[in-house]
Amino acid sequence: MAAIVRRTYHKRDKDTGSEPEGIQTDMSNLRPTGEATPRTDPLVPGADIPNADIPGADIRAGRLRRAPENFLTADDVRLVGKGRRDFLRASFLAAVAAGSAAAPGSLATAAAATGDGVGDPNILNPTPWGSSLGLPVAANPYGQPSKHERGLVRRQSPGLTQVPAASVSFAPLQGLFGIITPSGLHFERHHQGWQDIDPTRHRLMVNGARPDFVKTPKVYTMDDIMRLPPVSRMHFIECGANTGMEWGNVAVPTVQYTHGMLSCSEFTGVPLRTLLEDCGADLKAAKFVLAEGGDGSSMTRTIPIELVLSGEVMVAYGQNGEMLRPENGYPLRLVVPGVQGVSWVKWLRRIEVGDRPYATKDEAVHYIDLMPDGQHRQYSSIQECKSVITSPSGGQTLLDKGFFTISGLAWSGRGAVRRVDVSTDGGINWTQATLQTPVLSKCLTRFTLPWNWDGRPALLQSRATDETGFVQPAYGQLRAVRGTRSIYHNNAIQTWQVAESGDVNNVQIL
Amino acid sequence: MSRSCKAALLGIVLFGWAAPALADGFANVGRPATPAEIKTWDIDVGPDFAGLPKGSGTVSRGMEIWEEKCASCHGTFGESNSVFNPLVGGTTAEDIKTGHVAALKRTDFPARTTFMKVATVSTLYDYIRRAMPWNAPKSLSDDDVYAVLAYLLNLAEIVPDDFTLTDATIRDVQQRMPNRDGMTTAHALWPGPDLPGMLAKPDTANAACMTGCKPKAELASQLPDHARGAHGNIAEQNRLIGPVRGQRTGPDTAAAELPSPALALAEQSGCLSCHAVDTRVVGPSYSEIAARYRGKNSADALVSKVKAGGEGAWGAVPMPPQDDLSIDDAKTLVAWILSGAPQK
Repeated sequence: MAAIVRRTYHKRDKDTGSEPEGIQTDMSNLRPTGEATPRTDPLVPGADIPNADIPGADIRAGRLRRAPENFLTADDVRLVGKGRRDFLRASFLAAVAAGSAAAPGSLATAAAATGDGVGDPNILNPTPWGSSLGLPVAANPYGQPSKHERGLVRRQSPGLTQVPAASVSFAPLQGLFGIITPSGLHFERHHQGWQDIDPTRHRLMVNGARPDFVKTPKVYTMDDIMRLPPVSRMHFIECGANTGMEWGNVAVPTVQYTHGMLSCSEFTGVPLRTLLEDCGADLKAAKFVLAEGGDGSSMTRTIPIELVLSGEVMVAYGQNGEMLRPENGYPLRLVVPGVQGVSWVKWLRRIEVGDRPYATKDEAVHYIDLMPDGQHRQYSSIQECKSVITSPSGGQTLLDKGFFTISGLAWSGRGAVRRVDVSTDGGINWTQATLQTPVLSKCLTRFTLPWNWDGRPALLQSRATDETGFVQPAYGQLRAVRGTRSIYHNNAIQTWQVAESGDVNNVQIL
Repeated sequence: MSRSCKAALLGIVLFGWAAPALADGFANVGRPATPAEIKTWDIDVGPDFAGLPKGSGTVSRGMEIWEEKCASCHGTFGESNSVFNPLVGGTTAEDIKTGHVAALKRTDFPARTTFMKVATVSTLYDYIRRAMPWNAPKSLSDDDVYAVLAYLLNLAEIVPDDFTLTDATIRDVQQRMPNRDGMTTAHALWPGPDLPGMLAKPDTANAACMTGCKPKAELASQLPDHARGAHGNIAEQNRLIGPVRGQRTGPDTAAAELPSPALALAEQSGCLSCHAVDTRVVGPSYSEIAARYRGKNSADALVSKVKAGGEGAWGAVPMPPQDDLSIDDAKTLVAWILSGAPQK
């Protein structure tokens, strides 16, 4: 059984053992189930930093403290459970009195941090980075994130798929800011593994299902495509199966796994319409195009010609200012704004102009939505309006009571997000959130809402409305129509439960 | 206004799209595709069998290919769940009559196999030809694809043991596909106008109520305790700083990934300002040093050199004396350099 102590960083007096000023204690951290979450500083902060040996250096890791199991007996825990609010104070003082006997990382060590009463050693003492020569330019020819950010990476969900070459890795939404997904953190979905294609050997063919659909079937090299007038636009891409594990019940712990098949980039390329016109496609006879990949799966999807004619659908080679990453389709992929990711065919090698849908494998076996009556919805493609709070979110713990910014993402496959409302009481009352600019069509939009957490349980939700007036549904509304076995297109309102301990957990409200 | 005109107008309004400015188009960009090129790449087969090549294959020939190239992943009878979802199972003779797989209505049915879902046999021919076998896609001949598909259809009890699947008989097979009428386009999730029965409006209609929207908030589902640690240690999947930390839901793995203490010492002592492991920065790389001195019993001399500094051994740039470095630390660094300066 573990407990947690939250305290404000403040001057303490270890010599007298007197009540340290500014210490806040909170007895409400024990989980209602009686099972405590063991807690420690993540990634052993400071362990790889030289000054971690300086007494009290762990103050820099924040106020969240390792549980002081070593001075809680079973009897103590029972007292805590009964809500004896003065208990911890007594125990705390006992621990401080035990002084140097305490293990490293325990409260006693933290207590020594400012034992001299002068201040923060990170200010008082020289830091390694402030008292030495740094690294030269181009030490990393392709720059990498700080080593301290190594926790924020793409991850798989264990047991989701049997084969890693036909699987998914999720973007770490819990740690991302703004709306752009760093290219190295863009979610992955491969159907037959990913390839790093030689761009000088890559070709794009445009042809017709019948000869009269395309006057001159053509072949383009990357040189050709990159000579054409480019456009750059920011769009989200979401897998149709995003949040698919949660159709029936809560299944995964964090927003990375509930919503992480979602990314957003600036894509650069050529409108597909430009290529079709260049080939003399009959844009009146054409009703659909087939997009085909150049990898082993040669994945195919049907796209309605309307999206092509509007200029939205793009043959893209650029992503966030550089070429596409191989995992995202280098050197060429289709961008189909507002439509589920499977249609954004990677390693694009061919466009066929046709007049009827193609019923490809990913339109006839997968990416079909099972309805309660046993019928499957086919060609379900649009990602309807959806939002999720990314901070605080499942699997996290709030540092302390007091001020926080609730922050999240909203998006719609039908256009721009018009507004986002946030509830802290599970959807009884709502407050309109602020939308950060830019607010773009079929692009992620970041919303924020200031929040003072009073330490009491809360149920955080966000609810997006798009420019068509469509309001993101609650789970009850979605399930009433689609049941629980659809797998795809789950855009229900997500709930994060904040416990008195500060723990945030994934729950569902109908 | 025609559909395409509307769409074009929409494109100009929303996306600033406009026709190419130059009268002669994109001169000298792209070239006509040759018939052979089109034939090689245009391999899609549609639900109307457009694009289906001529050919044939028997169930028995399909079984041979299956056992050689397919069974290792899909199981001898297409039933395996160990690598991919099962292909065969869950369909009945009654389904073949009705065109609807009855088990899809059951919420207690454990799996959804390919044959329970797929409505169009063309899909299977197209997919096997373009993407199978898994590790050698497009290696099957057109007749091999017919044979493998014939065997699968036989496993699914759609065709008899002595059946020969051809570009002609496949049309009869379509009329026996168990879930051939199991698809619907009666939804609003298609971004074009051309599918039958499409809905004009989304199928949910929430309202943006702001206050007192319901009497209370009831939890319908929570993360089961057994799932809490199923995704590793969440503490390690969150940032070290900021308003939140990740919950500790598993053992710390970070310690195992920590860089070598000697590397940290080198960094802390400023060595890496002038030296790198594999490349010459100001001073020689550690691999150069190790190559020159390894096995020559020179550790003590190197320790002295590190402490006192030196000049000339690697060029004109002098190495400054390291007064602040303890002898023990210098020994640690030298041993680490001579062992190849490992990162971990």
